[in-house]
Amino acid sequence: MDTLQLKETCRRIRLLTTECIASRGLGHIGGSLSAVEALVVLYYDVMRIDPAFPGMPGRDRFVLSKGHSGPALYAVLADRGYFDPSLLRTLNRPETILPSHCDRNRTPGVDMTTGSLGQGFSCAVGLAIGSQLQGDQANIYAMLGDGELQEGQIWEAAMLAGNRGLDNLIALVDWNKMQLDGLVEDVNGIMPLADKWKAFNWDVIHVPDGNDVEQVRQALRQARDARNGRPKVVLLETVKGKGVSFAEQAGVNSHNMPVTEQMYLQAVAELT
Amino acid sequence: MAEQIDMRSVFIQELASMMDADPRILIVDADLAKAMGTLGLYGGYRERIINVGIAEQNMICVAAGLAAYGYIPVTGTFASFASRRVCDQIAISVAFAKNNVKMFGADPGITAQLNGATHMANEDIGTLRSIPGLVICEPCDAASLRAAMREIIYADAPVYVRLNRKAAPPVYQDNTPFRLDEAVVLREGRDVTLYAGGIEVAEALKAAETLSAEGVRAEVLDVHTIKPLDVDTVVASARKTGAAVTCENHNVVGGLGAAVCQALAAHCPIPLEFIGVQDHAGEASPIDYLIKKYHMTASDIVDAAKKAISRKQIHT
Repeated sequence: MDTLQLKETCRRIRLLTTECIASRGLGHIGGSLSAVEALVVLYYDVMRIDPAFPGMPGRDRFVLSKGHSGPALYAVLADRGYFDPSLLRTLNRPETILPSHCDRNRTPGVDMTTGSLGQGFSCAVGLAIGSQLQGDQANIYAMLGDGELQEGQIWEAAMLAGNRGLDNLIALVDWNKMQLDGLVEDVNGIMPLADKWKAFNWDVIHVPDGNDVEQVRQALRQARDARNGRPKVVLLETVKGKGVSFAEQAGVNSHNMPVTEQMYLQAVAELT
Repeated sequence: MAEQIDMRSVFIQELASMMDADPRILIVDADLAKAMGTLGLYGGYRERIINVGIAEQNMICVAAGLAAYGYIPVTGTFASFASRRVCDQIAISVAFAKNNVKMFGADPGITAQLNGATHMANEDIGTLRSIPGLVICEPCDAASLRAAMREIIYADAPVYVRLNRKAAPPVYQDNTPFRLDEAVVLREGRDVTLYAGGIEVAEALKAAETLSAEGVRAEVLDVHTIKPLDVDTVVASARKTGAAVTCENHNVVGGLGAAVCQALAAHCPIPLEFIGVQDHAGEASPIDYLIKKYHMTASDIVDAAKKAISRKQIHT
């Protein structure tokens, strides 16, 4: 895909994500929209996957450790052909395949069950070790929230990955600077962020605009292709609620907010 | 002849034997490889052992990831850290996500002895029993552990195993068949049932001998698997005897006694007495001291059995 096609895909994914959440009237829209460019680059450019064969051995895996951003991942998976996009309107409905947080046993294409923050990243380290043991050359991608970095288990996992030199593991931090209770730096700051990862023996790639699809693509390709005996973290400076004005304006309050069908129509008008 | 061997050696021998035959089996340690005995396997299986250091939550989730990649990971740490410390990791990344990790918790209850209260898991069963899909078991001697290992490793479920590392009094003959889903009637009787688990199985058998000398016929069950409970066997014995004592090396809140009580309340309510830790913290002391202080000896079981029987007479 060229840059324009990726941008167009991001636009479509934002609409599908907003539609998905609006169909239920409430959801984690802020952290879903901030992650769109990274998800699109992963699923349309960087990862080795086959939507027709979700269980393909040796495929790349993606763990959405910030599991509450499920709606954005569901939009990507549906758009990529893992399931019928009409199902996006079943978010959190009884017997849905699309629960608020990711469930590997419920949704085609979801590689790990997440939602209890910190755990998905640890599981991704296990996947990366498993891939190295099998020698299948798969890459394991894990997206973390910046607030999620406050979980102690993240650093248990980071230490192990750094010490084992898991160069098939790529972490992405959706660094939108906000968490449920306020600004990350106000609640319990994570700075200096790059230095933390470096101190855990990770290579750090800083992306000044994590909502610029070309910057994201270059960073993720670089991380994927450098099999140098060290894990990589891509720090994506993003905007919570990116691309949909009511979500961006809600700021911290966009973490989990009401989204009506009327608001969805407003987003449609903005994005088309 | 039954084996006189410490249970940790059985755990390691069986694990090594299965690892030889099945490359999917991996060990995930958290800096207790010496204590668990897995250190002895590091030479022969180095690349199949992942020691995450002192990070039990990471251990469980790394193992979950390995399970998702098609492996059969075996984790080991002390029972307190294998349960309390990692409860949410087991609930979400293992059980809910259906990643079938095999989790060994060493030194359950008072077998922690000199390590004291912090290491004395009197609530591991209670902590984990309400997690759907998790199997919880505690083989009571070397022969039954040997027989159980294959069932544990190849069960299509995550399993938490209470592992007494030390030599235990032999209860079973070698090569006795073992099924995770079947409680074992070790001794038949008609007057009272002793439902026992772990180190309390041997105490219950001793108690049954004493009771027999007094003309009381006690039936003794080894309820090695607390979840899923073999309700049929548990209830059948209660119907036969009409009174019972649960005997466990665990808090009487949330453990074997609670599980049996729930089954009997639903299917066959009878007088029940509860031997075990009476809802208090553990402490650092030798096991022969603690078993007396906490009233978990054969003699205590005899008294409880008589009390249960006396209540039966009042009830009928």
